[in-house]
Amino acid sequence: MPEAKALLEVDNATLRFGGLTALDQVSFDIKEGEILGLIGPNGAGKTTCFNAMTCVYQLTSGEIRLDGKSLAGIKRHKITKLGLARTFQNIRLFKAMTVLENVMVGADAHSKVRFVEALFRMPRHRHTEQASLARAKELLELVGITARHDELATNLSYGDQRRLEIARAMATNPKLLCLDEPAAGFNPAEKQRLMELIRKLRDQGVTVLLIEHDMRLVMGVTDRIVVLEFGRKIAEGTPAEIRDNPAVIAAYLGVDEEDAS
Amino acid sequence: MAGLSSIGRRWDGVVERYNAQPRIVKILAVTVFVVFVYALPLLRPPILTTNATDFGGVMFRVIAFALVALGLNIVIGYAGLLDLGYVGFYAVGAYTTAVLTIEHGSWPFFLVLPVSIGITMLTGVLLGAPTLRVRGDYLAIVTLGFGEIIRITLKNVEWLGASAGIKNIPHPTGIGPAPEPPFEAGGLFEVPRLVWDGFVPSLDNDHKTAFLAFGSSDAIPYYWLILTTLILVLIGDRLIKDSRVGRAWEATREDEDAAELMGVPTFKYKLMAFALGAAIGGLSGSFYASRGSGYISPDSFPLLLSMLFVAAVIVGGSGNRWGAIAGGALVAYLPERFREFADYRMLFFGLALTLLAVWRPEGLLPPRRTRRAKEAEAEIEALEDGELEGAHDA
Repeated sequence: MPEAKALLEVDNATLRFGGLTALDQVSFDIKEGEILGLIGPNGAGKTTCFNAMTCVYQLTSGEIRLDGKSLAGIKRHKITKLGLARTFQNIRLFKAMTVLENVMVGADAHSKVRFVEALFRMPRHRHTEQASLARAKELLELVGITARHDELATNLSYGDQRRLEIARAMATNPKLLCLDEPAAGFNPAEKQRLMELIRKLRDQGVTVLLIEHDMRLVMGVTDRIVVLEFGRKIAEGTPAEIRDNPAVIAAYLGVDEEDAS
Repeated sequence: MAGLSSIGRRWDGVVERYNAQPRIVKILAVTVFVVFVYALPLLRPPILTTNATDFGGVMFRVIAFALVALGLNIVIGYAGLLDLGYVGFYAVGAYTTAVLTIEHGSWPFFLVLPVSIGITMLTGVLLGAPTLRVRGDYLAIVTLGFGEIIRITLKNVEWLGASAGIKNIPHPTGIGPAPEPPFEAGGLFEVPRLVWDGFVPSLDNDHKTAFLAFGSSDAIPYYWLILTTLILVLIGDRLIKDSRVGRAWEATREDEDAAELMGVPTFKYKLMAFALGAAIGGLSGSFYASRGSGYISPDSFPLLLSMLFVAAVIVGGSGNRWGAIAGGALVAYLPERFREFADYRMLFFGLALTLLAVWRPEGLLPPRRTRRAKEAEAEIEALEDGELEGAHDA
């Protein structure tokens, strides 16, 4: 792959909760247009890393930069405007809203329509609403739940809820899409379709950061992989390199420290 | 109990059949209904009419409560913020109107109205800015306190009439001369009402209502005025709910953190819901202050009223504007209807609310989402029952 510009830079990120160091001087880049996998055993700090990126947590030290701009001190609701969107490990949809409304909320992220414009149905409201609706429908088509657009989110099957989360995040028009274990609870056929979907998203020009437990999926879809263990980065490389990396094998199989070194 | 829930199902059927009608039929039905509601205090239909108290006055109160419930529905139903001090805004609206029309200025009512809306909205922002940072139960407690603070402040500020309240609040400016009953006619023209002998109606020419003249004896012109306001607010509510603002409110109610990460500035939208709800409550308060008797005091705004407002939204179906209106109307109407039971009327009112809660925990007219979630639940239950029975057979 040709050297692309780094979209997101994680630079010596450290995050402590009291005595616990959840992230310990983690550094890696995500290059524009790539699919980067972030893997590691349970509790390695993958989701914490995600939360730091999306400004849910503030780093103790170090910096995370998107497009060269630091994310420190940015309000949570502003990250979508900067081009960063995410899904949640434990699905967090707007349950009592319809599927279409869920995606529309995402599309509203860039809307400049004011209260008065909406109240009096002024042109900007109408145009934005039409554009959002069209985009939302397009995304439902892409993830394959168009037929259920009028259903309440809570009434969707588990897999469809995960797909809806992706559609909702995509509606914010992100440069970087962060997927937090999107295949959790999926069967092999569903995983296969998810891999195709992730590639399709990348082909639309979105950079993807993928946290995943399922090795086959990660190996199959990512361009590069970063491995975390106990909050530290222990390896980084192409799927083939990671597969043969002794430290990674040790982390996953739980080999004794002396044996691994 | 089974009988009650079957009434509920039949009622849902009626609602669904109405929703399935083509647009033109719906518009026609709503028009007929609106005309009927406007004419209601003149028609004075038997059974519905309260004989113990002036029916026009009761109907004014009904719509005033419906308007309050509509405002509170934005706060509770849409944005999911439990506000137990809503009566405070009702009081601020009423007092602003009273003070500006009589006590410390003599502005005409229709000039005061927008100022009053602005001031209650500002009160909403001032109370909301610090309190909306706490969530759920804590918000309920904090707002409860604020409702009381407002009432006790009113009771102790001499400038606002203290516990004696404010008397002789001027009526809104009408069209045509104010009527001087029983001899002088007023308004543009006069409308007679109906009297019923059993179920036989006849025209009552002794009690005519002056069209658009606001006097102290006839509540019907006030009723028309506040009903018109209610309809305007209802339309605005519909337009806002069906826009990014409404979606942002609902997203905030469903999952505040997820909404925030999807780009919804939740605090701003919660504050907006709070301020808007406050303004609508204040609007209703303004009408209440300048009604026929023209008198308000701190005792007109007890904590109990806050509870009644919340009850109205819940009983009606939190999140559905028609439900809120129905709930508000019911909560205002029932105690008046039961007035003939004298001391027992509050007992009957409480009983009626309890029965409603048992019969329809989701409210009289729940929003579509509640109905659909319930349907899905019933479906799953039916499936599970089927499976169990199947297991028995095997």
